[in-house]
Amino acid sequence: MTRTKLWQKVGVPLTAMVIFLALWEALVWVNGWPDYKMASPSDLWPAFWKYKELFLIYGWQTLWRTVAGLVLAVVFGVGLGTLMGFSRTMRDALYPLLVGFNAIPKATVVPIIALIFIGADDFNTVLIAFLISFFPIAVSVAIGLSTLEPEYRDILRSLGASQVTIFWKIALPKTLPEFFGALKVAVTLAFIGTNLMEIVEPHGKGLGHLFDSGKINADYPLMFAVLIALGLLGILLYYIVVAFERTFAGWADRTPG
Amino acid sequence: MTDLIDIAGVTHAYRTDAGPLPVLRDLDIAVPEGGFAAVVGPSGCGKSTLTRLIAGLMRPDRGEVRLHGEPVRSPRATVGMAFQNPVLLEWRTILDNVVLPLEIVPNKLSRRQREDRARELLALVGLAGFEDKRPSELSGGMRQRASLCRALVHKPEVLILDEPFGALDAFTREDLWQTMHALRAEQPFTAVLITHDLRESIFLADEIFVLSGRPATVQHRMRVPDTGPRTLDDLYTPEAARMLNVLRHQIQIAQGREAPEDRQPQTSTPPAPTPDPAPGQRATPATLPERMP
Repeated sequence: MTRTKLWQKVGVPLTAMVIFLALWEALVWVNGWPDYKMASPSDLWPAFWKYKELFLIYGWQTLWRTVAGLVLAVVFGVGLGTLMGFSRTMRDALYPLLVGFNAIPKATVVPIIALIFIGADDFNTVLIAFLISFFPIAVSVAIGLSTLEPEYRDILRSLGASQVTIFWKIALPKTLPEFFGALKVAVTLAFIGTNLMEIVEPHGKGLGHLFDSGKINADYPLMFAVLIALGLLGILLYYIVVAFERTFAGWADRTPG
Repeated sequence: MTDLIDIAGVTHAYRTDAGPLPVLRDLDIAVPEGGFAAVVGPSGCGKSTLTRLIAGLMRPDRGEVRLHGEPVRSPRATVGMAFQNPVLLEWRTILDNVVLPLEIVPNKLSRRQREDRARELLALVGLAGFEDKRPSELSGGMRQRASLCRALVHKPEVLILDEPFGALDAFTREDLWQTMHALRAEQPFTAVLITHDLRESIFLADEIFVLSGRPATVQHRMRVPDTGPRTLDDLYTPEAARMLNVLRHQIQIAQGREAPEDRQPQTSTPPAPTPDPAPGQRATPATLPERMP
């Protein structure tokens, strides 16, 4: 039983990745594409190895700035979502603003932010990661709270519970599954934000910078290796979120078996 | 003797975009201590509003709801509620769901004592062994049993039941009716039951109030004679049939489908059969009885 489970959890995804890499390799090999058209997985390992220290340094810079942006997004998003979830007026007032703000392509915000806070590279990068990722969190928390069935509230209210008690005992836990769903989306968005800043406004930091130097030096395997590294970081963060979800909202999982 | 629940001249209207929508008008219902009142009436006549008023979740525009002669102005811990939807918290186990009111209502019980009290009730309704399950692992009937335990765990004086058995199948429902009697025997309470099921009302209640259509007022009240412990067999006696028939007619009057003067079940003889048309002759409109001039 545990063996089959282990195979399910680890074996299946790993096999899928190996198959994907093999198909990619075969595609490049069959078509005889040169590196500058499409690098193959077998070219990537040498690129990783050659720049392994840079990957570690820049990878860390990208990772911590993304996580910092994400943490800000969670704090701000939950706060805003709570406000909008409990107050109709706030909801009516803020939704158009939020949607409008979210509709602005963040690539256009990057140069503006870089101009306003010129030189504050880390701050700017964290800010963009935050700006791009708080929206789904705020919306999901707002929807989770505003769709709370009145009976849930009544059960506690009829016992004389305060609004704060109702929030902690009912509203918050009930919203957790929606929150984690949004957090999974926010993780990938935050990476996009970090890399936007690193690539659009190069400041010599992060995997985006490594990608840029690969482009300048026509080192195509390096560019692909950066993409893979970003993908791996994304997977890492995603599974950290999943682990949190299991701990705090595992009750919502109803997968049969 | 003052009644435990005294609803006196309650009038209430909801404010809607289309102006005030009156739901209750001069409603008078009194339930003595230990009594069990059932409230029946057409759909949407304001029965659920009534439960919210008794629970202190709302205040009426006019009139008063009194518990022990004291006006209800806000929710109080001596009330327990159960709804048609069991509204169990999915992230808590059944035991923790039942314990919930004891976490809110001020009391001196230790965690251990709270759980013991919850276990006791769960055993009484036949849920022993399910304490550590999640609500999603239980059937609808079992969830409703747990919801009843939660409504009673803090030993409320007043139990408000808003169609708690409405969504269950007939057999489960009858099981739960008997569970209600068992719970009442274990720990006396005063209850107000909102229901659509007339059989349920005569099986559970001491007194039945039929509400009129909106705005609702008490149109008819009926005492169910106290003949000792009730069994399901009691629902199939001529006396039960008579009570059900009266209630059914009252509901039809409330729905406006029957004029009030027809309220007594008619005992007229069946109409004489119309003579068969002669062979080979079809019934044509001309052979049908014509309206009297």
